[in-house]
Order: sequence, then C-alpha cells, then structure tokens
Amino acid sequence: MADTAPFDEMHNPDGSVREPYRVLAEWLAEQPEQALPLMQSDAEAIFRKLGITFAVYGSSEGTEKLIPFDVIPRIISAAEWRRLSKGIEQRVRALNAFLYDIYHRQEIIKAGRVPEQLILQNEAFCPEMMGLEPAQGVYAHIIGVDIVRVGPDDFYVLEDNLRTPSGVSYMLEDREAMMQLAPDLFHRSKVAPVETYPENLRRTLESVAPAGAGSSPNIVVLTPGIYNSAYFEHSFLADQMGAQLCEGPDLFVDGGKVYMRTTTGPTRVDVIYRRIDDDYLDPLTFRHDSMLGVPGLFNAYRAGNVTLVNAPGTGIADDKAVYTYVPDIIEFYLGEKSLLNNVPTYNCTDREQREWVLANIGELVVKEVHGSGGYGMLVGPTSTRAEQEEFKARILARPDNYIVQPTLALSTCPTYVNNGVAPRHVDLRPYVLVGDQVRITPGGLTRVALKEGSLVVNSSQGGGTKDTWVLED
Amino acid sequence: MTMLGRTAQNLFWMSRYVERAENIARLLEVGYRMSLTSRREGGASEHLVSMMQAAEVDEAFAAKHDQADVDTVAHFMMFDPDNPSSVHSCLQAARTNARSVRTAITSDMWQSLNAAWLEFSQIRPSDVRGAKLLGLLQWVKQRSHEFRGAMLGTILRDDGFAFSQAGSFVERADNTARILDMKYYVLLPRATMVGGELDIQQWTLILRAASAHRSYRHFYRDRYKAHNIADYLILRPEMPRSLIYCARSMSDTLDTLAEIYGQRMICHEAAEQLCAMVENTSMDTIFAHGLHEFLNEFIGRNNHVTECMSVSYNFY
Repeated sequence: MADTAPFDEMHNPDGSVREPYRVLAEWLAEQPEQALPLMQSDAEAIFRKLGITFAVYGSSEGTEKLIPFDVIPRIISAAEWRRLSKGIEQRVRALNAFLYDIYHRQEIIKAGRVPEQLILQNEAFCPEMMGLEPAQGVYAHIIGVDIVRVGPDDFYVLEDNLRTPSGVSYMLEDREAMMQLAPDLFHRSKVAPVETYPENLRRTLESVAPAGAGSSPNIVVLTPGIYNSAYFEHSFLADQMGAQLCEGPDLFVDGGKVYMRTTTGPTRVDVIYRRIDDDYLDPLTFRHDSMLGVPGLFNAYRAGNVTLVNAPGTGIADDKAVYTYVPDIIEFYLGEKSLLNNVPTYNCTDREQREWVLANIGELVVKEVHGSGGYGMLVGPTSTRAEQEEFKARILARPDNYIVQPTLALSTCPTYVNNGVAPRHVDLRPYVLVGDQVRITPGGLTRVALKEGSLVVNSSQGGGTKDTWVLED
Repeated sequence: MTMLGRTAQNLFWMSRYVERAENIARLLEVGYRMSLTSRREGGASEHLVSMMQAAEVDEAFAAKHDQADVDTVAHFMMFDPDNPSSVHSCLQAARTNARSVRTAITSDMWQSLNAAWLEFSQIRPSDVRGAKLLGLLQWVKQRSHEFRGAMLGTILRDDGFAFSQAGSFVERADNTARILDMKYYVLLPRATMVGGELDIQQWTLILRAASAHRSYRHFYRDRYKAHNIADYLILRPEMPRSLIYCARSMSDTLDTLAEIYGQRMICHEAAEQLCAMVENTSMDTIFAHGLHEFLNEFIGRNNHVTECMSVSYNFY
C-alpha cells in the first residue's frame, strides 16, 4: 500500500477538483496573496486569547502550548459521511455488546471467537466490573474512532478510543475559529453543524443517570485539575453543558452515595463524566496512592447510586491486541459484516509472522500495545536504520508488547504551509455518544501532519488540526 | 446552579490577587517617585523600605538583598516569583485561580486576565528601568481596571459575583489600612497644624498610594492637612478606597450572599463588627484612642472576616 501515491482528497488523478472541494477551490483561487498568511496569524491570536492550550509532557517551554491550526478546512461529502457514520454506529454498538458480554457470561470466549487469555490476562481487563449492570447496558458512552482514508471509498479504522478520548473541544473551537476567519466561504457552503455536541453530550449523560436520580440529574465533569494536558477541554465541556467542573477533593462518598462540597453544604451527584483514568478513580479500589480520585467512588458506582462515564474497564475493548478481533466481534453480536475496514495487523508472538515483520520492518508501522500519543512508535518508511534496529531488538525482547501494521498511505488534504498550499497527510476522529441512542456529530477532529511526507498526526509530535466540514445534500 | 466551596474560594482569590497587583503597582510608583525626590543621604532607601513594609514584604526582601536601591526593589516587587506579592506572582495566581473556575467566570473576564498574564510574561525584566518602569506600572493598573470592567459588565449578579467582590474589598481595605499605618505618625495631630516641607511630601505619598491625591482637592477644596487626609482615607464613604467604603461594601456583599442562600452565618457578624469600627465615630475619637492601635485592630478584624467566610462557605 505504501508504494501507491496517497489519495488526494481535493484533486482527481487528472488534476481536476473533486466535487466536495469545488467551492473551496474557487474560494482559494479568489484569495489575494496575503489572505492566507493573515488568516493564519489571526487564527493564532484567536486561539491564544481563548486560552485553548494543551500541555506537552516533558516540554521545557512551560506547560501550555497551542496546537497548530490549519486555516483550510477538510471536506467530506454527505454521501461519504452517510457511509462512514453507518460503519461507526455498527462498531460502537458491537463494542458495547462485547463489553457487556465480557463482564457477564463471556459467551464470545466460550464460543471460541476470542482467546480467553487475551481477555482475562489483559491488563485492561477490570475484574471489579464483573456482573455489574450499568445504566442502559452502556459501558462506552463517549467514543472517538480514529479513521484514515486511503481511497475514494476506502476507510480504515486505526483505533477505537473507548477510555476517555480527548480533542472534542478542538472540533468545536476549530469550527468557531473558521466561522470567524472565513465567513464568506461558510456562506457559500452547506456545512452540517457540530455545535450540537454539548447539548447531545448532556442528553446522553442524562439518559444514563441512575434510576432514582429524577428528571434533572446532577451531572459533573471530574478533572485531574489545571495541570492536566486536557484541562481546557474539561472546563470547556463543563461550561458548555452547564455542569459543575469538579476535582477529586470536591467530591466525597457518604453512605454509598456521592456528594459534592458546595457553599451551602453537600449536594448529591448522579452522573460523573470523569476525565481521570480508571487507575486513579478510587484509591480504595484501584491505585492506593491516587490523589486525584474519590475514596469509595467505585462502591457507590457498584451500588448503582452514581453513573461513571465511561465505565471503568472499557479499555479491554480498545486494546490494540483485541482490535484485530473487532470484525469478528461485530459479526458475533450483530450478525453483520463489518462496514469499515480494520487495518491488517501482524502478531509478533507468532514465529512466522515475526520473522516476516523483522525482514520487512522498513515498510511497516510498529506500535506499542499500550502506547498512545505517537510515543513508542516506529514508522518504517521514514525511520533511520538505527531506529529500525532498535525496534527489532525491542520486538525480539517482548514480542507480545508490539503490534505491526502495513504503512497506510494516509490521504492528503490541501494545507497552508511555508507560505503556500500543499498536500499533507490527515486522519479523522469522529466523536460518538452512546446512551439511550447513538449520536454521531457530523465531522470530527481532523489531525494533519504538518511536516512534508510525515504520517504522524499526533499533536505531541508536531501535528495540527483542521476544521472538518461534512456537507449537507 | 449550586457552587462548589472551592469555586467560591477561587473566585475570592482571583479578585483579591488582581486587586493586590494593582495596589503593589501603586505602592511601587510612590516608592519610586519618593526615591527620586529624596535629597537626604539614605532617604531613597528608607522610602523604599517603608513602602515594602506597607506591602508586608520587607522581611522577604531583606532575606534576599542587602541594599534597597530602586532597581533591586522594583525588580523584587515586579518580577520576583519568590516574592508572593510581586506583580508577577499576583497575576499568575489570579490567572491560576481563574483557570480553575473557567466555568464560573465569563469569557471576557478570562480573556482579560489571560491576556494580562501572557503580555506580562513576555516582558524582559532587564528592559524595565526608569521611565519604562512608570509605564509598566501604569499598564498594571490599567489591566486591573480592565478586568474589573469586564467583570462588572458581563458577570451574572449571583453568588459568584459576591465572592469575587468580597475578595477585592478585603484586599483593598487591608491595603489602605497598611498605607496609613506605614506613615501614621505624620498624620497625628500636633501643636503646629501647618505642615513643613517634609510633612507635605509624606502626605502626598500617602494620598498617591491610595490614588487619592487629586480627588482630595475636589473633596476638601483645601490644601493638604493631616486631619483631612486621615478622615478622607478612613471615614469618607465617598472615597472608594477608604476603610468605611470597603467595610460597608464587604458587609453589603455578604448581605447579598445571605439573601441568595437564605441564611446568615458567622462571617456576617464579623463584617458587622468591622463596620462598627468606622461607623458613628470621628477622627477625634480615633486619634484619642490611638491611630496606630485603631489601624491594627482594623487589619485584624478584616482578616477575621476572611477566616469566617472560609468557614461559612466551605472554602478548603
């Protein structure tokens, strides 16, 4: 796949403009020379003033940085989106069914469709969740599905993020910035709104409140605090939903119920949209040294007195090793063929596959099973010989710790770089909400690798974002 | 919507630190002017030290520096992160508090504070000397005014507004009381009621530190007199930095909270006691009991209001 030219989302191979990009192309041609650089610097000012920053771990330049924003939107046609969203909905339904099964009767293991030790020996499996009945039977309420495109109709899922996916605030703020920067372009295009996300998030959270919570449940967002890399997003979402933004010490458990400390005394909490990892949620159940969590929270959850969103233990369904089974999982629970492609994945514990991987490492992508953020990753075609040797040694030492995939030729979008417009590789993370129904926001976060030829789009590795437009018919 | 105790606390301190940044800028401006005009050997240094005493940072300064010259003091008061009351520390703390309660303040308030901090952190301390210092001090005051304006123009008049206002009034009352106490001896009644050159200089310093040197003229239509100056900064409700104005505003603010929450708490009693010190009294009475003693008691009672608030409203 790496040999063929990447799919250009704007142009046909003959150089003509693809239909979804027609209006954008006309608009770009009309812009005077200085318009784009001006927009780019205006965009930066907008983001910095809004305080939209993220923290880079290990960066010496202070704790807050801006994610680069590209002023040229990425465009998806209505028909393309319909196909994509069907595939996404199918996937999240199947994964929630899988989680319910894994934490109850484990039929899929009994049927021999996934290996027992892959689940039960997995670090991401949470035995504390066994037999627990979450509201509406939903475990993963808030999901970000990482998708790449390699052809007109070829979409691959790279990863399902079922723990606490971040980035949705960038989707919303990118749209806000784009509307300020290029109102005329907006005017000429029919773009599906993303502004409905906070309202839909609130509805989703309300729909999974515990039975006794009443018609207007008290929803809070639980954040590790202002030094967390995604703090901006936590406060942004709380603000947009009209929910209280809490830190661990703001909450306490009494008699199996969760309360927050307010100016007028304790107030009952019904739903917690937590942006704290499983391990830190409750020092009595999980990591004892956690200062971020709430002692007794898990017992309150088990007793059905509060809903945790997402549920603990959802990581078992987005584990990189379990990922390879998702097409089987969809078939097992829904009796349907998977609508979206899974990237073929090599298993290094198998001797034959491992030897093939080691011989061809220069063309492959190697990822740590539990890695994220683009750390601990090798992109064969852009790596040095020394890096390849290092990863070979690592695979040999711990073959179970790595998955290997072919290098996908990620599609490209026109991007403003170095005083000109040039194609750069992109991926897409649509955001999905699962409660009483599945709600998918049209669009999502497009991440773009700003370096020429680079396939790594993570913001921690110098990637940027783009506003993502889904056109309406 | 119900409010977290921590949010109330953050709002209180956010405003309190903005107010403090402004007051520190004003004090430093006075210290700088006085040191320029002082003709006595060592006079400049004395002015700077007494100014730092008013800001309660003289000991922290002495621990780091031997010599109190203009540049060293200015740097310490403006940029030193080890000085918890430096403009740097105040703006950073105000922003950190605001960042923790982004959901409880308006985006205009946030943008004002965020921009102030970002601009301030771009400044190279070594570039700020002489006339540049005065310009920067002016900038600090303007930023504080801008924040207050953004707040008054956009925030809901709810409990959050009250907690934020309370922080400003507590800090301002403390600041005015300390400025007066720093030079209380030049305000005491004496046999000769006409001030000499030195007195006039000191009085100007006090009034300037409270941004009151112009409004004094409008109010009294008279030359500077010790009795008037004390009266102006302690007992005149028209003067927005006077002790009585701050105490009454604090009490009104807490009354608003009692209305919102439907309950009076221990902090209300503490605020009433603070008010009682400046209501129905006169400068003659205060002088008779001792100005220094009066100011110290006021500072103590003012602190007590904060302590009681943190108990009443679950600050932690």
